[in-house]
This record gives sequence, structure tokens and C-alpha cells, in this order.
Amino acid sequence: MSDNQLRDAIQEAIASNPVILFMKGTPEAPMCGFSARTVAILQSVGASFAAVDVLPDPRIRQELSAISNWPTIPQLFVDGELIGGCDIVTEMYESGELAQVLGVQAAGEPAERAPSAAAEPAPLTIENRL
Amino acid sequence: MAVTPEELKSRIEAGIPGAVATVTGDGHHFNAVVSAPAFAGLGRLAQHRLVYDVFGEEIGTRIHALSIQTRIGTAPDQREETQ
Repeated sequence: MSDNQLRDAIQEAIASNPVILFMKGTPEAPMCGFSARTVAILQSVGASFAAVDVLPDPRIRQELSAISNWPTIPQLFVDGELIGGCDIVTEMYESGELAQVLGVQAAGEPAERAPSAAAEPAPLTIENRL
Repeated sequence: MAVTPEELKSRIEAGIPGAVATVTGDGHHFNAVVSAPAFAGLGRLAQHRLVYDVFGEEIGTRIHALSIQTRIGTAPDQREETQ
């Protein structure tokens, strides 16, 4: 796959997933503390999200950063827009903005957690399609 | 050459007009709290980009990880003495 095709695939993934996290490792096995913390925050607000592991191919990170103009991983996108990395997600979580942006119930008001089997899509692994 | 918190602090303060930075770190992972008047009117993404832009390609390579918290600072002559 050429770099251009890779970039197209990343853009397509961002466009077609309402909430998508580019991270090191997977939600089940994060390979970096910042990715781990971001996953934990998303899970704690009950957000469903697609996840892409950038580690298998260094070009994923390279092309992603070129698209987003953001140098670090993780990167969270909501409705096609970059929200930020771990620092910004953490700040927005603490201020309650994150739940708002994600359209989920604000943290600190733990409602009955609905059975979420249907709500959680399998994490997307972009590289497996390439 | 090893990266030090002092280097990051001085480069942030030199690179962003009026910025005051507090940087901690162990040589690999750093945390920077930066206040600058230049952040006024910018969203968080743009504020953080100003800080990342000071280091360009060094982020993720020479500087392994840099956490950032931004505050809108006042000009130094307007700042109240603290502590």
C-alpha cells in the first residue's frame, strides 16, 4: 500500500467512525501510559469508540500526524474533528466537557450502566484491512 | 545531548512571547505548565500546538514525551507576585 492509500484509509476511518482513537497498542493492551489513560477515560464515561493501533507500521503515525497537524499519540477524533491527545482529553474529562462532546452522561453521575454489548463496536484495526 | 527540563523551559519561554513555563521531567517524559498571553482567544488545540511548534520534529524523537497544560497568562508586568 502506498503512503497515499494509507492516508486515504486513515481519513476514511476518521470520517466513518463518530469516535475514533489512534493509540499505541489496543484498548485491551495499551502499550503506552498516555494511551492507557485515554482509553480508561473513554471507558469511564461509557463512550463507545473505534481504536487504531499505530504501532504495527510507523507510516500510520506519520500519515496521521500529517493529516491532523498533531505530533503525538494518542489522538482522539469525534465527528471527524481532532479533540486532542491525552492532556486535553484529561482536562476535558475533569471539566465535564468530554462527556458533552461525546454526547454521553457527564462523569460523576453514574447512571445504571445499560448492557452495552451492542453499543460497543469491535475496535477497528486499520492495518488489518490494508 | 540529553534533554533537560531547563532546556525545555528556556526554549518555550524564548519561543512564545511572554510565556512562563514550569517544566518537570526525567529526561524522557516531561510535563510543561505554560502560561502565555498569546494563548488568549485560542482553543486548547491551538494553544498546545504553539508549544509543540517550539520543538517541531523533536517531539516524539529527541523529546520522547511532553505533556502540556496551558493557561492564559497575563503580561509579566501585570502579574501579581505569588508565593
